[in-house]
Amino acid sequence: MSENINIILCGVGGQGTVLASKLIAAAAMAKGMNVMSAETIGMAQRGGSVFSHVRIGNDIHSPMIAKGKADLIIGFEPGEAVRMLPYLKKDGQMIVSSRGVMPVTASLSGTGYDPAQMTEWLGKKLNNLMIIDTDKACRELGSAKVMNVLLLGAAVHSGALGLTEEEIAVALRKRLPEKLHELNMQALSYTRNNGQ
Amino acid sequence: MHKEFLMGNEAIAFGALAAGVDLVAGYPGTPSSEVLETIAKHRNENTYVEWSVNEKAAMEVAAGAAYTGARALVTMKQVGLNVAADPLMSLEYVGVKGGMVVLVADDPGPISSQTEQDTRTFAQFSKLPCFDPSSAEEAYEMIGEAFELSEKYGTPVFLRPTTRVCHGYASVKIKDKDEYYINKPEGFVKDSSRWVIFPRLSYANHGRIEERNEQLSDVFSEYDKNIIIPGESGCRKGIAAGGISFTYALEAMKDTGLLKTFKVSTPFPFPEKKALEFLSGLDEVLCIEELDPVIERALTYVCGKYGLDVKIYGKLSHHIQAAGENTIDSVRAAINKLMGREEENYSPDTADMPPLPVRPPVLCAGCPHRASFYAVKQAMKGRKTIFCGDIGCYTLGNAKPLDMVDTCLCMGAGLGIAQGVGHIEPDTVCFAFVGDSTFFASAITGVVNAVYNRADMTLIVLDNSTTAMTGHQPHPGTGKTMMGEVVSKISIEAVLRGIGVTEVKTVDPLDLDAAVKCVKDTADLPGVKAIIFKSPCIAITKPAGKIHIDKDKCIGCGKCIREIGCPALSLEGKKAVADCSLCTGCGLCSKLCPTAAINGGEQNV
Repeated sequence: MSENINIILCGVGGQGTVLASKLIAAAAMAKGMNVMSAETIGMAQRGGSVFSHVRIGNDIHSPMIAKGKADLIIGFEPGEAVRMLPYLKKDGQMIVSSRGVMPVTASLSGTGYDPAQMTEWLGKKLNNLMIIDTDKACRELGSAKVMNVLLLGAAVHSGALGLTEEEIAVALRKRLPEKLHELNMQALSYTRNNGQ
Repeated sequence: MHKEFLMGNEAIAFGALAAGVDLVAGYPGTPSSEVLETIAKHRNENTYVEWSVNEKAAMEVAAGAAYTGARALVTMKQVGLNVAADPLMSLEYVGVKGGMVVLVADDPGPISSQTEQDTRTFAQFSKLPCFDPSSAEEAYEMIGEAFELSEKYGTPVFLRPTTRVCHGYASVKIKDKDEYYINKPEGFVKDSSRWVIFPRLSYANHGRIEERNEQLSDVFSEYDKNIIIPGESGCRKGIAAGGISFTYALEAMKDTGLLKTFKVSTPFPFPEKKALEFLSGLDEVLCIEELDPVIERALTYVCGKYGLDVKIYGKLSHHIQAAGENTIDSVRAAINKLMGREEENYSPDTADMPPLPVRPPVLCAGCPHRASFYAVKQAMKGRKTIFCGDIGCYTLGNAKPLDMVDTCLCMGAGLGIAQGVGHIEPDTVCFAFVGDSTFFASAITGVVNAVYNRADMTLIVLDNSTTAMTGHQPHPGTGKTMMGEVVSKISIEAVLRGIGVTEVKTVDPLDLDAAVKCVKDTADLPGVKAIIFKSPCIAITKPAGKIHIDKDKCIGCGKCIREIGCPALSLEGKKAVADCSLCTGCGLCSKLCPTAAINGGEQNV
């Protein structure tokens, strides 16, 4: 039973959580593992909260993950990572991007929210937290579009994903057009090379 | 056979193709739409696929195909079944020759629907057999079994997945193309005693249907997807569950210990003999299901009928929540309560969680609907008005700051409601807003009604040249079909004129001044008037460019943000800023800026 791996990816519509979850699923399936997943569809307009549940293993029945049962949460946005925290198991791993996305409501009411407050709170709660300075990383990589693969790389390097960089890389090469391979490979290995 | 990672709806589509489906008709609706789209993408040359104008049309097209001996599939969401109820309720009595599966996707929550209605209850009401899959893999197999059952008994059959089955992904074992069943329709054979519904025929067939359903209850008691899982020995408590809730129960019982479990895959006709086998040796049963208490009622009935002393719990006994989705957590809590155990806390302590940003769904940046609503709002400032909305992306026009949807009921209803209000309150300026796909689906009769009965109202057609909310399906106004043909576009303006609406104007809503003037000029004319706001959905067009905000000119008044609520705009310090990854350059904000600080965008280039 404990061989199952439960992963939640969360963020804001348009950040690439779906592609990242598909890469995890493809890499796991290529290893002959059983995969189930579920994600936000329909009203997932740009700017709304979105999540993907990905489950890998042979003893899984539901595509949804229960609270307190996720081995790993990859938060593409600090506020959304906090929102999903009830799903993380005790001593589970969280990876979170430090870059906040302001909701429309904050613009309207003039009350912004403070992403740093979110990561700080997570820091107090969790033993296994990796905060990724995605702004800095994307600047160095020269593209904001690879944030999803960057975070996926961090998940690989944390060890909680149960997949290797090469296994994800194979799935990535299959999924993306060749001209994007180089950039995405750099994003995938970024946290390994930059010691985060 | 090979394995693929498929969405539940894709699995259903491949299952239908493997079962040799000849014709597929449907109307888009979350969470059902991907079934038809996947079939269209992977169909062989003999499979006919169409997006019908609405669910009623789709049901009738599928019935016609099934009359010939073809295997027909019709797809819709649960509220679509209400639209298709008229033909289906009669088709129940007439029956079919080829296999006919009615795929209706239910939406517990509801996540993106108006109602929490349960198609299993509709199956009982219409006396039609119903399959209820619990996973993508099972749905793949079930649709083939549903076709076989339909053909064998000459009746339409429901396949009723719910959102989490439709949109969940799993590795599914599917057939290769050369393993697909090939159906050879015999053709329509004239026989008016069979195909023409008359009271005498309905009377005779009603009797046969009731007999058949008794027989099907026995058939389903032997069905290999209605299963009993033995529990830990000695325990006299059991679980009955169907659909996705069954999988939640299995997950929950990893923590609570395994109870004797009855999986109900055919909620109607209810597998009574199998239920008796399950109930034997039990004192208490907890029914875990979403929407209606179908299994709970059926088991309560079985206990009464056979005089069994078993207590049946579920929604009716408040052991399971009456409304909304179940989750593994809610199911585990209910099972623990049944067992008289404390619920263990698995989650980290989040009592001191900081307040989270609220992210309600909003109209996209650059959405032409925003401009249309804003134009009507500006034109009608200070007037007594009602804005009757409808179903689609434009329902989001209700959000602040636009606040331009006073009513929303079901597809096409805005027209009738505007008329009704107008007849009682002649001093109210009545508007009905309807999208282009919704116009064809269910607004035309409302227009005829308004013209015939001399209503005083303005119809606003928000024509973005697609069915945006459900994923950009073509419709009669787009000039494309699901068979990949380019056909002549049906003109909304010509339809309206044909009905007798004499005042029909077409305006680009992003040309704000012209749009406001058009509304002002039109709304006070007598009778039924129509304005077509025509501008394509931003998701199907290339952005016009980006706006530029001149920081020196911006006085930070926030008017652009306050008035239109565009997600691309926010205040940073005391200056408005635009998120370039979202802005499409529609230019609407630039028209409101009192200091002309916003430049660029469509209308200014």
